[in-house]
This record gives sequence, C-alpha cells and structure tokens, in this order.
Amino acid sequence: MAERAALEELVRLQGERVRGLKQQKASAEQIEEEVAKLLKLKAQLGPDEGKQKFVLKTPKGTRDYSPRQMAIREKVFDVIISCFKRHGAEVIDTPVFELKETLTGKYGEDSKLIYDLKDQGGELLSLRYDLTVPFARYLAMNKLTNIKRYHIAKVYRRDNPAMTRGRYREFYQCDFDIAGQFDPMIPDAECLKIMCEILSSLQIGDFLVKVNDRRILDGMFAICGVPDSKFRTICSSVDKLDKVSWEEVKNEMVGEKGLTPEVADHIGDYVQQHGGVSLVEQLLQDPKLSQNKQALEGLEDLKLLFEYLTLFGIADKISFDLSLARGLDYYTGVIYEAVLLQTPVRPGEEPLGVGSVAAGGRYDGLALEEKVRTTETQVLVASAQKRLLEERLKLVSELWDAGIKAELLYKKNPKLLNQLQYCEEAGIPLVAIIGEQELKDGVIKLRSVASREEVDVRREDLVEEIKRRTSPALCIC
Amino acid sequence: MAIREKVFDVIISCFKRHGAEVIDTPVFELKETLTGKYGEDSKLIYDLKDQGGELLSLRYDLTVPFARYLAMNKLTNIKRYHIAKVYRRDNPAMTRGRYREFYQCDFDIAGQFDPMIPDAECLKIMCEILSSLQIGDFLVKVNDRRILDGMFAICGVPDSKFRTICSSVDKLDKVSWEEVKNEMVGEKGLTPEVADHIGDYVQQHGGVSLVEQLLQDPKLSQNKQALEGLEDLKLLFEYLTLFGIADKISFDLSLARGLDYYTGVIYEAVLLQTPVRPGEEPLGVGSVAAGGRYDGLVGMFDPKGRKVPCVGLSIGVERIFSIVEQRLEALEEKVRTTETQVLVASAQKRLLEERLKLVSELWDAGIKAELLYKKNPKLLNQLQYCEEAGIPLVAIIGEQELKDGVIKLRSVASREEVDVRREDLVEEIKRRTSPALCIC
Repeated sequence: MAERAALEELVRLQGERVRGLKQQKASAEQIEEEVAKLLKLKAQLGPDEGKQKFVLKTPKGTRDYSPRQMAIREKVFDVIISCFKRHGAEVIDTPVFELKETLTGKYGEDSKLIYDLKDQGGELLSLRYDLTVPFARYLAMNKLTNIKRYHIAKVYRRDNPAMTRGRYREFYQCDFDIAGQFDPMIPDAECLKIMCEILSSLQIGDFLVKVNDRRILDGMFAICGVPDSKFRTICSSVDKLDKVSWEEVKNEMVGEKGLTPEVADHIGDYVQQHGGVSLVEQLLQDPKLSQNKQALEGLEDLKLLFEYLTLFGIADKISFDLSLARGLDYYTGVIYEAVLLQTPVRPGEEPLGVGSVAAGGRYDGLALEEKVRTTETQVLVASAQKRLLEERLKLVSELWDAGIKAELLYKKNPKLLNQLQYCEEAGIPLVAIIGEQELKDGVIKLRSVASREEVDVRREDLVEEIKRRTSPALCIC
Repeated sequence: MAIREKVFDVIISCFKRHGAEVIDTPVFELKETLTGKYGEDSKLIYDLKDQGGELLSLRYDLTVPFARYLAMNKLTNIKRYHIAKVYRRDNPAMTRGRYREFYQCDFDIAGQFDPMIPDAECLKIMCEILSSLQIGDFLVKVNDRRILDGMFAICGVPDSKFRTICSSVDKLDKVSWEEVKNEMVGEKGLTPEVADHIGDYVQQHGGVSLVEQLLQDPKLSQNKQALEGLEDLKLLFEYLTLFGIADKISFDLSLARGLDYYTGVIYEAVLLQTPVRPGEEPLGVGSVAAGGRYDGLVGMFDPKGRKVPCVGLSIGVERIFSIVEQRLEALEEKVRTTETQVLVASAQKRLLEERLKLVSELWDAGIKAELLYKKNPKLLNQLQYCEEAGIPLVAIIGEQELKDGVIKLRSVASREEVDVRREDLVEEIKRRTSPALCIC
C-alpha cells in the first residue's frame, strides 16, 4: 500500500512538472520527454488505475460505529431514555431533511454550516441542523399546543471537524422539551431535575448546573449602560468567562466592541458573581437591578425556580451564575448549562468546569407561521345559554376597541358546540364564553380551544390575558 | 412511534438471539462509493449540493455501506444487523406505503463458511420474525440466480438479455404468464419458442421434490451453473427441514428479484391472503422481507479485489408498521405513547409543594411518574388526564392523609381507592404495575 502511495505521489509530481513546462512554453522535445516519463509511471500503477481510484472512507467529519461503540452507545441511550420515560415524555421522529425554507433564518450566522441537497428538480431540501426547529415545525403543522416529548437523532453541521475534540459533522442530539402554557417554573424545574438525574445515572463524575436568565442579562446590560444594539455581541463576550479571564473579556468588550471601561467594569461587578438562592435574594435588593422590570421578572422566576429545585432535592447542584450567556438567540427566559467538574489540584480550591455536557433553556418565541389559517382572529366571543346576544355584542365591541382580533357567530342563540367547532375549523385559539352566573360574578370563562381548559377571568383583565396568551407562540423549555 | 418501537423490539431481539452485533454508518456516503452499484435505480439517489467539499449522496440501502465498511476495516467475517433509514427519490405513494425516507432492517452474515448453513440461518431468522410479529400467514419463495441464468441459457436467451428477461419473469407474481410472454416477445425480442420454453420452467413451484425433479431434467442438469444452484438448494432444504421451517418455504422458479449484485440463493417473503374459495391457493399480497447471497460486492470495494462472501436479509418494516397499525385499529386497542405508571395528584388547593416532593421521591425510586404543571389543578382534570394518557394509577395527596402519613392510591380503571402508608407506596406501585400481574 505504501509503495502504491509513493508511486501515486511521483505521478502527481510528474504531472505537475509537465503542466509547469507547458505553461512556461518549454521546447516540444522536453515536454515529450517528461510526458513519456509520466506515462511510464502511470503504467506502473497498474491497469486499474484509471477506473478504481476512489478512496475507501466515510465522508469528512463522519464515522461508522463499530459493534463495541454501538454497545456503549446503547447503554448511554438506555439511561437517558429511561429517564425521559420516567418523566412521562412521548417520543417523536422527524425526517432527516426539511424544506430549505423551514430552516432558513433560524440559525443566524450558523446558517452557512447547513448541508443543502442538490437541486434535482423537486423541492429544495436541507439536512436538519438541530432538533428544535423541526420540533417547532412539528407543533405548528399538527396544531399542537402542548406536548412533552423527547427526540434522539443525528443532526448535520458543515463544521470544521476536530475529531479528537469530539467535534463531528454528523452527531447525535438527545432533546427533551415541554411545550405548552403552564403555571410558571414547574416545567422548567422538571427539565433541570431530568438533567441532574441523567448526569448522576451516567456516573461520569461530579457536575454542576449553571443557571441564569436572559431577562436578567438584558436588564443588567441596560442598567450598566450597554447600548441595545450591542446586547447580543456583549453577551457572547460575557459567555467566554468560563474559558478566559475577566481581564481578557474586558479587553474584548472595550477594545473590540466599543464599550467604555466604566460600563465594562460595571458589568464585571455583576457577571463575576455566582451562588445559590441567596444571590437571587441579594440581587432582588440591588437598588439598580431591582428597578429594571425585565431583570426583576427574571429574578422572581429564579427565586420560584429555586424553591421547586429544593423540593426536588437538587438545589445543591445548581449555581446561579451571572456569566452564563449561551449562544442561541432564541432563548427568552431561564437558561442553563451543565459542566463536569475536575477534581481540584489543590485542596480548598473550587472545582474547575471542564466543558459543557448538557444545556437548555426557555424559548417562548420560536413559533412557525401556520400557513393554514386564513384569518388572524385571536378569540371568539361565545355564549353557552340563550338570549345573550346583547352581551356578546357588548363584549366583542370592547375587545375590538382594545385592538383584539375577535369574532362572534351571526346567530341569536348559537349552540356552544357549534361555536367551538367554528373555532377548530378556523384555527381560532381562544373562546370567551359568557354565562348568566359569570355575568353576575363579573367574570368571563376563557377557554383554550386546543387544551379545552377553562379559567374564569375578571372582565377587566380579559384583554390583558388574551394578549398574553396569543403573543408569538409557544411556551417551550 | 409506539408501534414502531414494538416492532423493532421483536426484530432486534431475534437478531440478538442469533448472536448478531450491531453497527451504524453515516447517513451519507461519498458519491463515488454508491456509483455503479444500483444499475438503473441510480437515478433515484439523493445527491448533496456541491458546497466546495467532497461530493456526497444519501445512502440508498444498507448493503453497499456494509460492503464499504467491511472493505475499509479489512474484515473477513462478521454477523451484523443494522436498522436505519435509507433514501430514494421514488415516486412516493404514501397510501401504498412507499416513502422517500424509510427504515430498513438488515441482517447479514459475511465470511467464508461451509455452504448453505448461514443461508439457512437467514431464512430461519426471517420466519421467526414474521411469526413473532403475528401479521398473518406468510410464505417464503426461494430461487437461485445461477438456476435462473442456467435456465435462460438452455432456453436460448442471449447473454445480453439475461437481466432484462429476469425483470420480465419477476412480474409473474403480479401479472399473468400471457402478459409476461407478450412483453418478452413483443418488447424484448425473444422468439415465441424461447419464451414458451422459459414458461415451461418459470410457472413451476414446489418443495424439495421440485429440486430433485429438476436435477433429473436432461437439459437443466447439463448446465453447470444451474446444477450448482440446484445442488445448493437441495442442501438448503435439508437444513431448513432441520430448522423446522421447510413447510413455509417454496422453491419458485419465477422469483427473479431486482438487484444486480445477487450471485446465489435469493428469497422473498410474502403475506398470504386467505383464499376466497376453499381449496384455492392463498394469494400473496406483497413482499415484507427479502434477501439473498451476494459474493462479489465487497470485492468491488477492496483495492486488491479481495472477495468476502455475504448472505443477508432485509425486513420491509414500513409495510409491517401499516399492517400492525391497521390490526390495532381493528381491535380498537389503545396504543399508549408514554409508560407513566402513576400521576401524582392533589384534591385540595395549595398542595403543589407536597406533589413536587412526592413526585421527586418516586422518580428517585425509579418510578415513572408525572404531575400536572398547575399549582391548583382540579381533581377531575387530573383524572381525565390519566384516562387520556392511559396512566393506570393516581397517587392523591390530601391534608388529612398527610397528617395520617398515608397517600390515597387510586386505580383509574376500577376507581377503587386505598390508603397506602407513604413508606410502602413505591413497593405498592411496583407490585401493581409489574408486567406479569397488571392488576391495576
């Protein structure tokens, strides 16, 4: 084999020599001589040379799994899947490729890493880049508003693979997501519980889960004086704090990204902090931060989260870390990242995180347009009993005046079932149901068409509630 | 998905029972790896766009990647299974279960062994799987590429027309002999005499007695290739009898099978429809598994042309999924999509903390449990959730019960409730949901 490789190299060099001579317009005899040498060398390679000269390999950045590697993989998946099942998750699968347009515009700068399929006369396709966008597409396509699902499958990125560092172009992702409108922070807490259960069961060493919140980050940047337009880029600088020193990060923020040293210092005061729920409470007392509405929301949610995490018995594994910033643009609330801990060299030192093994967060805005709806109506005003047309007219008028997209059936005494059916056909997500008793109590029954859940909402809160529920999409962890 | 999991479980446990290892390969291969392996079907391959790197194509089957894997790792023997999706730019007819992305379940034995034993094991595996899946009666047709070629030779088919006449003959399971003969004479240029001669053979099928009959056939037994094939089939039938499956096997001279790379025995399993009139033969309604021997494929990849003989099978799972789904629908069997054993619920308000604590205890003890993501859910909604999801038990927390140190355990199906001491709850849940008993 080595002989052949050496021979092929000689052929290549000789070929280049010939090309060089031709370029330099050397004498015909010289060229002929060198060409003859080239042909002789090629002849030595053997008669197959022209036909079967392909390389026996897998594509760059991919690999086969041998039976041994499969056995390990199966064990790891067993642990992960049994945990997902223990928490009541269903499993789905999606195709390996999506319509190119489904993936367009979802990954920012990373879009150049997407594998496209050749245009062979049909739809334009691309290989999936992650499992989250296909999940959002699945929810929208099936008009689902809540599901707890896991999905284990390979994804594809035209990265520059560094296989020694475990970076491939084809690799597995194990995703678990909860979609739906629920009481705050309970699903978020369950996600963290799952992460801890899995990492413990895999027995790969001690780990730590860093937690932060996109709203706290944004609020902090605001009060430190970072211009809105620089939020995302300062975010990625801050994110580097787990790998490089504060000095380096500060230099990047000031030197490359145009912050004043004062603003950078101000940021530094915050982002170098990490701790437990006591840090949350400390920041809730922070005079500047607590004045910022966003940051306050984030801190209150984290406080609630820590309560649940304590009840779940995992609070000691969680660290509220203000330097956690995480890449993806679509996170809107809590974000978290689990790192394995290296045993410290010197006793008394803090363990060093050596690389992320799991991550996630809340992303409430990743909805995909439902191409099937022909209207944008948010709520149908309905009544369950007879002779309530007047009340329906009054209510729908209030809603229109408040800018809500609302409808009602043009019937004096429509049946509730027909009104609900109308919503399903038209894709209207909410029904505001008027009833005699509710009118006396001053409430409206607000019903979700998809989940069929109903709550009594005070009439004066109805507009706000409708707006909140129909803001761009889905509540996903 | 739940159906898919059940079907794969049956198939994988059979493969494992026969001592197969499992491998996986990338979803795409170098374009040149797949080139020239699929004949006319090559136009159905999905190519990736040239984005400046290697030219890639999505895998069309699992056999060529397997041959590439063997050559690359210089393996001379392995018994492996591989379950993965493959990609073909077919004209999809989703009603007929034809997709452009679909699963294949392949099992192959590579290596130089004593003749026909691995081939027999493949057929044994095929029968075991189709029986376990309980999708109805089936039949496995068996033939041999050498018998076909030998037969064509003695009938007077020109060498160059072998493959194309093969695909005409292959249609005999769907159309009549008349139609096939017309195609061979009218479109493919055979003389009626040659066609008739072929017809005498290909309309025959039977058991090992047909093999012995043909071994006596004056013309066929003179053809070296056909003779080899017949001798191998005779040996195969001996082994199949020992494996107890000979009654499911039919030596069928019309089985021709598409792919070019088969070199020896070929087989195809079809589901049988119960005959309309008694005494009639059951009608095959579509292939659910197939395979054969292909001794020359690995040699095409090996730089020195080293041959590794292979024999294998592929289970057509997509068809099987539809059949199982239909069967469950007909039986109105509910398919659960989760495995949750118990819902942690509360009847009164302000018990979220207690629910969170209890569900966490259950998870830590390995119990599959859920709770509603609501601070104060109504009991009725929690019970309804259980009914929809098929969750068999509810662990209900109440103020009084907390004081007494018990949890109310309710069976969703029977609606019976018992108070269980908190420390006994895990054990009780396990007992009630263990697969053997299932006395929920």
